[in-house]
Amino acid sequence: MPSAKSKHWSDDVFREMKSRNISTVCTIPDGGLTRLLEMVGEDASMRLVTLSTEEEGMGVVTGQWIGGNRAMIAMQSSGVGNCINALGLPGAFKAPCLMLVTMRGQWGEFNPWQNAMGGAVQSTLEAVGVKCFPVDKAEEVGETFAAAADMAFNGKLSAAVLVSQRIIGAKGFGQK
Amino acid sequence: MSKASQKRAATSNKIDRRSFVSDLFKHRGNAIVATGLGSPTWDSFAAGDAVENLYSWGGMGLSVSTALGLALAQPSRRVLAMTGDGEMMMGIGSLGVVADQAPENLAILVLDNEHFSETGKQRGLSSGRADLCAIARGFGITQTMFVTEHGQVGDLADFLFKQKGPLFAVAKIAISEDPWSLPEKDGAIIAHRVRTALGVVKG
Repeated sequence: MPSAKSKHWSDDVFREMKSRNISTVCTIPDGGLTRLLEMVGEDASMRLVTLSTEEEGMGVVTGQWIGGNRAMIAMQSSGVGNCINALGLPGAFKAPCLMLVTMRGQWGEFNPWQNAMGGAVQSTLEAVGVKCFPVDKAEEVGETFAAAADMAFNGKLSAAVLVSQRIIGAKGFGQK
Repeated sequence: MSKASQKRAATSNKIDRRSFVSDLFKHRGNAIVATGLGSPTWDSFAAGDAVENLYSWGGMGLSVSTALGLALAQPSRRVLAMTGDGEMMMGIGSLGVVADQAPENLAILVLDNEHFSETGKQRGLSSGRADLCAIARGFGITQTMFVTEHGQVGDLADFLFKQKGPLFAVAKIAISEDPWSLPEKDGAIIAHRVRTALGVVKG
């Protein structure tokens, strides 16, 4: 874990992952996940599974749980749209499905193509039975993730932590 | 593209799926079999119910990624993803994920009748130019096997259950009308049976 850098919400999430034996992270990366994915990639006891599309993560985490491992998915808000039907799989198997979603199209977004899913993430996830944990303060991401993880793994349910773009910051593409 | 060039005679599709799967499973040992929704699930149940069968009734496109998660969690156990051509096409990118993770215990078998047999036998993409073994190799799964005869079932079993993975095979099966063979459909029960068989939970 990079301790020389200033404290970051990713460090808190990583600590909560380790304390819960979450050892596999499936991802389509997002800029807001860079630091967390680096920490996972550098930890020899963890596995990073790079997907071709986010819904594969529902399959991998379900298989992991059936096989006795704890896994999660980390993705951008736009990727949530790819997962809606796939969320029926962990739901049907009653397998825990923990998601960490970094939001785009929500707070000061520069790219309007992100806005459709940015505005629909929580309502679409809730429509298919996923418990959502939105968080908009950096210092609360760790405890929010911990609460979502515990409910997912203890209750065998799908839970999503939605990390606000207010925390991540809007990508400016060098323009305003 | 002309209608005629879209239509390619499926001359190689003659294997009877039920007897083929049944004969294949005689060699499965304690392998976990994760099926794709529809006919492969019915085929696996028709071959004999087993606690190592992870039946699926949905989640189209996710059979390979589910089997991948299982294989990575249980590296000492052979895991077979057995699915249809339409289900494989929907999750085709997952072959890239399999190649990247490279689990030695994972095998994939596509029962390819080139049609969507559950929904009215509409023509599928593997009936034209899509070559699933070539696609798998293109993603980086170097070991592939293409089966057109029932008599190859022993060689296929050796390939899927004994070779070092990841492995990918296609069996060209006939379009058929088989009697319904429907296993348990409560996913919580199905998953619990497999977890018990694996010793992840106590029965």
